[in-house]
Amino acid sequence: MIQGTWIIQRGGVGMVALLTALERTYAAIILVFVICVGVAMAVAGRGDLMAAHGWIVALFGMVVMAVLLRGIDAPEPWEERFREYYDDPTKVGIILALIWGVIGMFVGVWVAALLAWPDLTFDAAWASFGRLRPVHTSGVIFGFGGNALIATSFHVLQRTTRARLPDQLSPWFVLIGYNLFCVLAATGYLMGLTQSKEYAEPEWYADLWLVIVWVVYFLIYIRTLARRREPHIYVANWYYMAFILVVAILHIVNNLAVPVSIGHAKSYSLFSGVQDAMTQWWYGHNAVAFFLTAGFLGMLYYYLPKRAGRPIYSYRMSIISFWGITFMYMWAGSHHLHYTALPHWVQTLGMVFSLVLLVPSWASAGNALLTLNGAWHKVRDDAVLRFMMLAAIFYGIATFEGSFMAIRAVNSLSHYTDWTVGHVHAGALGWVAMITFGSLYALVPWMWKRPALYSARLVELHFWLALAGTVVYVFAMWNSGITQGLMWRTYDQNGTLAYSFIDTLVAMHPYYIARTVGGLLFLAGAVVAFYNIWMTISRPAPVDEGAAADLPVEPPAPRAWAQAGE
Amino acid sequence: MSFDHDTVTGFAKSFGLFYLIAMSIGVIVYAYWPANRKQFDHAAHSIISDDEDRPCP
Repeated sequence: MIQGTWIIQRGGVGMVALLTALERTYAAIILVFVICVGVAMAVAGRGDLMAAHGWIVALFGMVVMAVLLRGIDAPEPWEERFREYYDDPTKVGIILALIWGVIGMFVGVWVAALLAWPDLTFDAAWASFGRLRPVHTSGVIFGFGGNALIATSFHVLQRTTRARLPDQLSPWFVLIGYNLFCVLAATGYLMGLTQSKEYAEPEWYADLWLVIVWVVYFLIYIRTLARRREPHIYVANWYYMAFILVVAILHIVNNLAVPVSIGHAKSYSLFSGVQDAMTQWWYGHNAVAFFLTAGFLGMLYYYLPKRAGRPIYSYRMSIISFWGITFMYMWAGSHHLHYTALPHWVQTLGMVFSLVLLVPSWASAGNALLTLNGAWHKVRDDAVLRFMMLAAIFYGIATFEGSFMAIRAVNSLSHYTDWTVGHVHAGALGWVAMITFGSLYALVPWMWKRPALYSARLVELHFWLALAGTVVYVFAMWNSGITQGLMWRTYDQNGTLAYSFIDTLVAMHPYYIARTVGGLLFLAGAVVAFYNIWMTISRPAPVDEGAAADLPVEPPAPRAWAQAGE
Repeated sequence: MSFDHDTVTGFAKSFGLFYLIAMSIGVIVYAYWPANRKQFDHAAHSIISDDEDRPCP
């Protein structure tokens, strides 16, 4: 009976009760340590913004401790649980991803509106564009994307290796610790804390914390793979591992910095000048490659074949494109520094590798679409699968555009303009968010043992909101960016610039409004997704045998399992 | 050997070229090695089978 209530009651207490007494003790020790570090930061950093972060760390630790203490006296979990995969961190990760997604996209719409109507800062320093914009970028990339990657990676890893996660504490350490990093990042930006490195804004102590979290994440992967029951490691895991390993390398190298003192948030990069710029864009472009591409390709290679019920079109092609993507992306970052002090040959190197990258990128996109070839009726009827198909299409479009924009001559028009912003969002909205929503929609009913999502019509609505929002956004930015780029390079008969900077702003204003509308549509879709998934979870599990037989992945487990314990 | 610009450039343009070519050949050989075909097919099909919602004992 006790087990039965655990299955129904999947709240914080239920999740804590699944931890062994030893794991609960270790969790408490880690949390006490985190709280102490937070207080120490607050004391050492008094008079500095670091103190505020110290209190946030301590408070965060206390909140998690409160959840832990509510279930700390629960009886030892039954050995039977080892017959099941460990999915609690995945469930929490899905919910956190959706919360971060709505917050991050809301702030995105806000900063888009700020560009059209600058008065929306309300004269508050924290609401200025420079502070809100990284809240948007980190919120959607790390908060939404990162949590979705962690959640899905634990799911895919266990299913493809047919092995349970090695322990039940380290996945929580990774998930909760990672979210502490995200909280420190977002709150820091609002206070004005930044390293001024794009996608690497958090200061040194947050960076150090992320290194610890990330190493544990990688160890979970290695330890589970060591326990695997499948001889071959499925290709999705290779992508997830490349994502974890390379992000660790990038993060450590780009954030090598010396703090002013142990009690100050401010730090100075180990690099300077063009070396600093090259390191930053080696990091920045590979963040796109390994965070926003490799990890999400891992999702694509598992959830798309799974949802379509068809094996990947060419497994060989997936291997070849894996090695192509991992080894070629490494050298493409310098295309962000065309026409700068960076040596010319390094710029050319980045350009050439960016062009060659089109081959493995299109191999992946084509592989995904060819997998669907022959199952188009499923794509027509199933909006979840359609999300994944659209993601593959946008992946193809965005990688083509990226290779094109990396050509030096094209870059002379596109660089520093809104075209870049449009390109990023074709990838971020069209590829990353679409594959994420598609995967989460597929995953939620499996995780919570529901026969289907709460509403297929709401998925349909979300699909069209997301597609319309992306198209409006990207077209607005193409127009705006090319207009801007052409105005910057127009000379009059006397050889002077024909347009002032203000002239370009006036010309871009209508596109900024259109972009805000596009973003708003996409945000509305994300809110619909959140509502739909929340209703799916909170709806009671089916008791009808007939309905249970319709489950996408048959879970006769809970029933049999509950009886076994009695 | 000094660690100057020319050294780095020379290294990148020689070693960098050949290791990428060697790796590309290696990957293609691995992907098309006949003996690997079976395990690749098995891996591709295994994820869509329905009996995977439980770890192996």
